[in-house]
Amino acid sequence: MATIAKTNHASLRTLPGDDFRQIMWRFAGRYDLQMIVQSSRQVARGPVARLVAAGARNTHDWTPEKASLLEAFDEAGITAAFMDPHQGGFIEGPKNLALALIAFELAWVDAGAATGSLAGCLALAPIHERGTSEQRDYYLSKCAPPQPGENRKPWRGAFALTEPIPYVGVETGLLNGKVRVVAWEEGKEPLLEVTKRGRFITNMGFANFVTAAVDSADERFKGSCMIILEESDPGSWDRGTPTRKLVHQLSSTSDPVLQVRVPASRIIGGYSIRNGQIVPKYTHGEIIDAVFSHTRVTVGLMTSAKLLSAVEPVLRYQRGRFRGGEAVAPGTPRYELGLQQRADSVHRLVDVWATGEASASLGFAAARIFDVLDPLEKRKDEIFAQRGVEGARAQLKALMRVEKDALELLQDGEHSARYSQLQQDELVQFLIASSLANVLCPACKLWNTGYGATMMREAVSLMGGYGITEDCPGFLGHKWMDSQLEATYEGPEAVQRRQLTLTMTNSVFLAQFHEWIREMREIGSTHPATGACTLASAMQMWLWTLNHLQKTADADGVKLYHGTRQGVTFPLADSLCWLLASRQFILDVLELEAYGPDHPAVAEGLEGTVRFYTDLAHVQVARAAGELGRICASLVFGYMRHPVWESCNCYQSDELIELESMIPGICSCAVDVVDAEGAHPAKAGPCAKADGLEAFTRLRTRLDCCLTGSQLAKDRAAEALTRVMIPEALDYPA
Amino acid sequence: MPQFQIVVCGSIVPDPLQTLEPVTGPAGPSLKNELMLPAVLDPWAGHALYEAANLARNHPGSKVYLVSAAPKAKLQQVMMTVGQKAPFELVAIDASASGFTEAADVAALLAGAIAAIPGLDRSRLLVFGGWESASRGAGVTMQMVGERLGIAEQFLAVDQLTVGEDGTLEVLERIEGGSHQISSCQGAPAVFGWATGNLPEPRNNPQVGMQNMRAIMPALQKAKPASTGVPSFVSVSLPKQQRETRVVKDLTPDEVAREIVAWIGEN
Repeated sequence: MATIAKTNHASLRTLPGDDFRQIMWRFAGRYDLQMIVQSSRQVARGPVARLVAAGARNTHDWTPEKASLLEAFDEAGITAAFMDPHQGGFIEGPKNLALALIAFELAWVDAGAATGSLAGCLALAPIHERGTSEQRDYYLSKCAPPQPGENRKPWRGAFALTEPIPYVGVETGLLNGKVRVVAWEEGKEPLLEVTKRGRFITNMGFANFVTAAVDSADERFKGSCMIILEESDPGSWDRGTPTRKLVHQLSSTSDPVLQVRVPASRIIGGYSIRNGQIVPKYTHGEIIDAVFSHTRVTVGLMTSAKLLSAVEPVLRYQRGRFRGGEAVAPGTPRYELGLQQRADSVHRLVDVWATGEASASLGFAAARIFDVLDPLEKRKDEIFAQRGVEGARAQLKALMRVEKDALELLQDGEHSARYSQLQQDELVQFLIASSLANVLCPACKLWNTGYGATMMREAVSLMGGYGITEDCPGFLGHKWMDSQLEATYEGPEAVQRRQLTLTMTNSVFLAQFHEWIREMREIGSTHPATGACTLASAMQMWLWTLNHLQKTADADGVKLYHGTRQGVTFPLADSLCWLLASRQFILDVLELEAYGPDHPAVAEGLEGTVRFYTDLAHVQVARAAGELGRICASLVFGYMRHPVWESCNCYQSDELIELESMIPGICSCAVDVVDAEGAHPAKAGPCAKADGLEAFTRLRTRLDCCLTGSQLAKDRAAEALTRVMIPEALDYPA
Repeated sequence: MPQFQIVVCGSIVPDPLQTLEPVTGPAGPSLKNELMLPAVLDPWAGHALYEAANLARNHPGSKVYLVSAAPKAKLQQVMMTVGQKAPFELVAIDASASGFTEAADVAALLAGAIAAIPGLDRSRLLVFGGWESASRGAGVTMQMVGERLGIAEQFLAVDQLTVGEDGTLEVLERIEGGSHQISSCQGAPAVFGWATGNLPEPRNNPQVGMQNMRAIMPALQKAKPASTGVPSFVSVSLPKQQRETRVVKDLTPDEVAREIVAWIGEN
C-alpha cells in the first residue's frame, strides 16, 4: 500500500491568505485594490453563494433574485470600479488589475455572477477605449451607482457583437447587423437606422443601452462601426428570449432583435464627412481588438479562481471521508487523513493546485501588463497626433521604425550607447509592453480556460460522486461546466491560438523570450528547487522548434510554419502557454520569498509556504516540460515521411559478418539488417533517423534528464497537503 | 443637537471559521498559527463601531475614532473591510491581539491612546467597546479604561442608546435573567460596553473606504509597538462541543420543549 512519507522540514501551515496573495500578485501596496477584493468577496460569499445554494441557477430566466445581485454589485463598489473618479468611480488610473481581482473573487463562488458584473464593463469598454470624451463621460457617469443623496437608477449596458448563424462566433469581421441613413438634412446631424440581431448577449434582459457592432447598408455610410443604442430610441427593442444555456445561469443572456433610429453622434469614437459619406473614426474591428485585448484576461482568471477554490473543499472531503463510520476511531490514520492516506488522491490535488496557481500567476501578470500598457498607449496616440501620424496603418508603419530601437534596447541592454535614451523613449516602452500583452492575453485566455477546464474535471473527480451533485461543497460541478463557457466566449480557443500564431513570432517578443531563458537559468542556479533550469531547457527547445519549423518544409515540400497550417502553429501556441504560466508562477514564488519577510503576518509561516510553493512550481514546470517535449517532438518529426525498406540503404547480413571481424560488436548495434534472401525485420520500416536534427534530440534528451527531482517535489507537496491546517468549514454556503 | 467625540475600542480576532487550537509557546499560551489565520474585527467591537457610526450620522458634527491594539500587519488587512463600513479615524497600537493578554495592561494601553488623541474634548466623549471579546470574554477591560480616564458613568451589555435633545443619555442594558434595565445619565462623558445593539452590519462603501484609508494607512505606519503582560494560565482549552442529533418527525412543540429541558437537566 503506497502511503505518504513523512519528513520534518518546514511545511505549509495554513492555506495561503490575503497577505501572501497580495505579495505574489503585486498589490500589497495598493489599498484600493485590497478593499475591492474584500468587497467583492463579501458579495461572492454572501448573496451570490446564497443564490446558488438556493438553486437560482436552475432557471434560464432573469429573476428578481438574480437581479438583486446588480444592487449588491453597486453597493460593493464593483460597478464603479470601472469608472474614473470624476465619472463616479474610486480607482485612479488603469483598472485592469482591479477588474481581474473582482472577476477572480466572484468566480471563486460563481462565474455567472462574475460575467454579469463584467458584462456591464464590456458594454462600456468600446466607449471607454475608443469613445469620444463626451461619450465616455456621459455613459460612464450614467452607469455609475448613485452617490448618497442622489435619486437615480444606474444604467446597465450590453455588448452586442455575436449574431445568429451564419456569423455566430466564428467570424467577427463579417456582420449581418446593418446601419443605414434615414435622414440627412443639410447642416444637420444625420439620422441613422440600426438593425441588429444578437445572440448570446449578456445583460440583455435588463440593458438600458447596447453597444452594437454593425456594417454599412448604405452607400452614404462607409464601412463598419460600433454604435450606441438606447432602449428609449424610436423603433423596436425586443430583448429576445432567454438563451437556454447550461452554464453561468446567474447572468442574463438572450438573443435580442433591435431596430432603432439614432443620431450619428452615437457612433463610437465619432465620425467625419468625406465626399458625401459618413466615415466612422474607428471600424468595429478596431474597437473590438482594443476591447477584447483587455477583457479576455479577466475571463481567463475566472477559471483560475475555480481551481484554487476547489483546494479547500477537496482537502476537507478527503480528510473527513471515513469519519462517522463505526470502525473508524478518532486518532487513527484512517480517521485523521481519510483518503489522504493514499498518494494518488493528494498527488492529483497537487496537480489541480499547481495549475490553479500557474494560471492565476499568468492571468494577473497579463492584467498588470495592461495597466502598464494603457497609459503608454495614450502617450503613443498623443505623440503620433503631434507628428501627424493618423490612422491605424500609418501608426503601424511608424511603429515598425521604432522596432529597431526596441530590439537594440532588449538585446544590447546597458551595452547600447543609447541605453538611457532608449529606456526613456515612450514609443519603445509601448512597443515592448504591447508585444508582451499581445502574447500574455491570448495565452491566459487559452490556457487558463482550456487546460483549466480539464483540471476542473480532475477536481470534481476527487470528490467522488459527491462532485457531480448540487450539494457538492464549493459548487465544483457547476464550476466544471462553467469553465467550458469561459473557454468559449469572448473568442473561443481557435481564435486565441490564431492570435498567438501571429504575436508569438513578433521579434520584440522573441527578444524578451531569449532573455527569459537566461533569467530562468540564473534563477535555477540560485533556486534549483523551483525547476527554473528545467523550464529554461524547455524554453530553449520551444525556440529551437519555432526556428526550425519556420524554415522547414514537410515531406511534400510544403512550408511548415504558415498561418493556414494550424496543425503546426496551434500546437506550438499551446506549448508556449505552458511555459509562460510556469515562468510567471516561479517569478511569483520568488516575489513572495523576497518580500514576505517585510510582512510580519507572512513572515511567521513564510519558510514553509515558500518551500511548498517552490515544490508546486517544480511540479508545474515538469508537467509543462513533458507537454512541450511531446508537442515539439511530434512537430519536428511528425511531418517527415517514415523511411521504407525499398529505399533503405541497409546492411546485408553477410556484409555485417565480414565487418564484425574488423569492427567487433557491429552486429549487435545494427538494427535494420536485410538477410541474404532480402527479408527484413518485421516492423514498419527502417528506424527513422534524426539526421540534421541532432541538436533537437540533444535538447530533448537534456530536457528529459532535467525532470530529475520533479517527482520528489511532488511527493513533498503532497505530504504538505496532509498536514496543512484548514478552516473548520467553508466560508460560503453550499 | 449635541455633538460627540465617540471613541470605539476594538481589536481583531481570528476568523471564527478557522480551526482554533490552543498551544503553549515560549511566550505563554496562544493559538496555533495565530498570526497566519485570517482575522476579523471582534464582533462585539463591531457592534460598538456600527452603533457609533450611526450615532455620529444622526448627530452632525460628531466624530468617530477607532482605537485598536493589534499587530498592525493584521490590523491593516482587517481595515480593508472595516474601513469601508463607516467614516472613522484610526488610532493604532502595534500590540498583541491575543485572547491571553492581561486585561489591565490592555486597558492601560487603550486609555493612554485615547487620552493622547489631539483635541479630545472630554465633555463630549463617549467611549464605546464590546462588553466582552470573541477571543476571551474577560468582561472587565472597558470598565478599567473608564476608570483610567476618570469616567464614572459606565454601562455594560448595552443594546440601545438614546440621546435626548439636551444631550441626556438613556441606556438599555442587559441584566441577568434575560431582562433589560433602562438607565439614564446627564450626558457625556460615559463608557459603554456594547452587547449586540440593534444595527445590521453596514454595507461596504468604497468611497468611504478610500476616504478613510488616506488617514488609516499613515496611522498604521506610525503605530507604536507596545507590550502587554501575559497572566499565567494553569490550562487552556476550547469549550467542549457536544452534538447529539436525532431526526424526529411529528413532535409537538411541547414535547420538543420537554425533551430539551430533560436534556439540560442531564448536563
